[in-house]
Amino acid sequence: MGYIPNTPQEQQAMLEHLGLRSMEDLLEPVPEEVRLRRPLNLPPALAEPELKRLMMSMAAKNRSLDQVISFLGAGTYEHAIPSVVPHLQRRSEFVTSYTPYQPEVSQGMLQAIYEFQTMVCQLTGLDIANASLYDGATALVEAVFMALGPGGQGEVVVSTGIDPQYRRVLGTYAHARGFRVREIATENGVTSLAALEAAIGPETVAVAIQQPNFFGCIEDVKAIEPVVHRHSRTVFISVTSEPASFGLLASPAEYNADIAVGELMSFGNPMSFGGPALGFLAARERFLRLMPGRLVGQTVEEGGAKQTGYVLTLQAREQHIRRERATSNICTNQSLLAVGATIYMAALGKEGLRELATLCLHKAHYAQRQISNLPGFAPAFSSPFFDEFVIRLPVSPSRLQEHLLQYDIIGGYDLGRDYPELANHMLFCVTETRTRADIDRLVAALKEVAA
Amino acid sequence: MSVEPLIFEKGAPGRRAATLPALDVPAEPLENLVPPHLLRQEPAPLPEVSEIEIVRHYTHLSQRNFGVDTGFYPLGSCTMKYNPKLNEDMAALPGFAALHPLQPESTVQGAIQLQYELEQYLAEIAGMARVTLQPSAGAHGELTGLMLIKAYHEHRGEGHRNLVLIPDNAHGTNPASATLAGYRAVEIKTDPATGGLDMDRLRSLLESQGKQVAAIMLTNPNTLGIFDRNAVEIARLVHEAGGQLYYDGANANAVLGITRPGDMGFDVVHFNLHKTCSTPHGGGGPGAGPIGVKEHLVPFLPGPLPAKDEQGNYYWADPGPLSIGKVRANTGNFGVLVRAYAYIRTYGPDGLLRVAQSAILNANYLRHELASDYEIAFPQVRLCQHEFVATAQRQKQESGVTANDIAKRLLDFGMYAPTIYFPLIVHEALMIEPTETETRETLDYFVKVMRQIAHEARTNPEIVKTAPHTTPVGRLDQALAARRPNLRWRPGQERTHGLGQP
Ligand SMILES: Cc1ncc(COP(=O)(O)O)c(C=O)c1O
Repeated sequence: MGYIPNTPQEQQAMLEHLGLRSMEDLLEPVPEEVRLRRPLNLPPALAEPELKRLMMSMAAKNRSLDQVISFLGAGTYEHAIPSVVPHLQRRSEFVTSYTPYQPEVSQGMLQAIYEFQTMVCQLTGLDIANASLYDGATALVEAVFMALGPGGQGEVVVSTGIDPQYRRVLGTYAHARGFRVREIATENGVTSLAALEAAIGPETVAVAIQQPNFFGCIEDVKAIEPVVHRHSRTVFISVTSEPASFGLLASPAEYNADIAVGELMSFGNPMSFGGPALGFLAARERFLRLMPGRLVGQTVEEGGAKQTGYVLTLQAREQHIRRERATSNICTNQSLLAVGATIYMAALGKEGLRELATLCLHKAHYAQRQISNLPGFAPAFSSPFFDEFVIRLPVSPSRLQEHLLQYDIIGGYDLGRDYPELANHMLFCVTETRTRADIDRLVAALKEVAA
Repeated sequence: MSVEPLIFEKGAPGRRAATLPALDVPAEPLENLVPPHLLRQEPAPLPEVSEIEIVRHYTHLSQRNFGVDTGFYPLGSCTMKYNPKLNEDMAALPGFAALHPLQPESTVQGAIQLQYELEQYLAEIAGMARVTLQPSAGAHGELTGLMLIKAYHEHRGEGHRNLVLIPDNAHGTNPASATLAGYRAVEIKTDPATGGLDMDRLRSLLESQGKQVAAIMLTNPNTLGIFDRNAVEIARLVHEAGGQLYYDGANANAVLGITRPGDMGFDVVHFNLHKTCSTPHGGGGPGAGPIGVKEHLVPFLPGPLPAKDEQGNYYWADPGPLSIGKVRANTGNFGVLVRAYAYIRTYGPDGLLRVAQSAILNANYLRHELASDYEIAFPQVRLCQHEFVATAQRQKQESGVTANDIAKRLLDFGMYAPTIYFPLIVHEALMIEPTETETRETLDYFVKVMRQIAHEARTNPEIVKTAPHTTPVGRLDQALAARRPNLRWRPGQERTHGLGQP
């Protein structure tokens, strides 16, 4: 049955070997008062072909990105995945292994994660990185925990240019743990320096800024950083959910961030309706003992040949050793996605990353210019942007979306959902996966609405 | 034995693999688009390698990794059962894998439907009113559950409750989650007679500090593989004191269709779908840690929640004003949920019961067979559940062979090791969980090898103490790794030691 190899006859023999008569005897430790004396109310078992048919019909009820042209970003980005990535990532020795507790037979995963940690350092310019976190939002929370230290108390200042979902998650954790979050306004699509100056003081533990921010705008991080670091103990956290930007924009190290977090799912992993995702966290060396989650380190064999090898290390920070005093509760993370991102980054390479970013930048700007030329459509901000931009619409975003769907186009994100002042504004994203023809098709469809 | 150099030690300047399309739109000069001071000065020094180098490198790495597909993986508490290939194919269907989380609801009806139905299946399995699929792993579910409990107490004007009771055999994530939820963890000892919770200690704690108790977190069967027969009584006592009951569902493989946390009196339960529902663990993740709650906690669930209207259309419903908020971006580890859905539909109600029974049978079979050569923790408990704890205490005493040595020696025989030194309350613990997907022959082979190792420990302990002997690397210097942390490659770093292919 299913994936249980032993037949009922074999199982009966095993039971008798144990001196038991039946499966019922085996369940004796579970008191009768809590036994479920009826079958679970679930649909009946399906054979493989039946299950396939069922699930393919469910999948067919969705319009996948293969069937439409999408201009959605808003935290989740469409970047082409070279075939080499899934072919290697899905090798079953990676897929079916657990967290590498026995390093001698887990060198493959450990080395791949060491390479991942290195590449995250290369992207961010920072000193150290961990083996992954659940997603960008929880990575931001973990960075805040690092800044707050063991007590978990204090005030953090975050820009409203940070993804509203990330801020909602941070707020949820803040309420439970008992730290304060102060949000500061944006102006012309970027964090208001005046609001930042007014909000921070000696008691500010950390300041978090997203680069590029949720509106796609490029923050003047070089102007922000000295304000944040006016109080020497304030930790500057940068958030990046569109990693292609690392190919062109100043790295977190170059603008003096202390901790960099964000989302790397779009590098080599399917979007999969938003999860599993791939949170990353990189930091300056001095945060080493405060790092959350798994860390892989390089070492050598104990004796003999002294070959190079890799192990999980600095585990005294972690829940299985430190328990209630651990730096984080994370145990299972997102390793397989980290492997995907590592292979993707190797395939892209040094030049490729820069090319990717350049393509995204120019295509988005082309689209923004074309859309802005349409009557009734206007850019909301004049700040520089990367591959997303905000447009004021002549109609409601939901009506516009309905219209676009007739052409198999998925438009941008309705910003009014999170920013009441941006009702009837849409956030469009254009990555390297959109061709000029795709963009022109969008513009033509928008034109009909304008008319 | 050979090493595999790092990807950074391969390639040559100018080499590359992935190709990108040429720019097909008119471009403005870069400096018109991005202020120069915000441009990157130093390019990220990613590797410069060709596709063939990448393929060989990561193929070699995969060959240096052991998974369930390689061999027996009796890692206790981790439920390393077979991961069906069919479920991998289903999750990779473009209709599931190529969906943006913010697509209009009309374009993702199948995806919301799948989550709507999965929520109901999990609620039925757990005996709970509703489930949120949002948490990304077990520990995330724990934290979310404690946040719900906190919101519930606060709503009732009992926000002063600040203690979470946790047995000493609990997983480390339990106390760590309690801290992150703003609680103080209080440890309760295990009753040496039963292997269950020390009831006297619980009673006295509730008597003296009951008004401070927010919750108790229990794993049942616990990490000793023992079913705590006092579960209902514990629930009664804790509820009487005004506390809530959290069920760590990491061991749910033992209870499918046999009993339900909800029926035992628990208020919140998390699932580890990457254990119980066979979604692959991916070398450390991803997982999914949905939590189920009783009716009184439903208003506090994070949102959004999948819903269905009268016309049969699926949509995301906002959770209401009492919701704790959100514990991650988007709605959950959907790709994992697709696999779990396929798993539950494959087995159906009778099949899931059979899963649990078979897992328990395999564990008891191993426990019985190993008892002659190894001490078993809590031998007075006649039957274990889906796992049990053996120990290397006898071997340690007789010849200095430790649980770690035995774990390493197992690797030489093409098997993974049990979980060792956990639970913390058993010295030299070897926590063994065979799962239901192993044949009797595999179990017999494991027994044979374990007996041989016991024999070696008596006659030739050195071979055990210096194991493994056949793996790509020998024992690694953990102390050095921690003393001089090297967490990333840097240019100019000493090259990988050993003989390795280019
Ligand atoms: C008993 C127990 N509780 C909780 C957890 C934590 O689950 P996860 O690793 O999915 O976060 C685990 C697994 O490692 C476990 O074995």
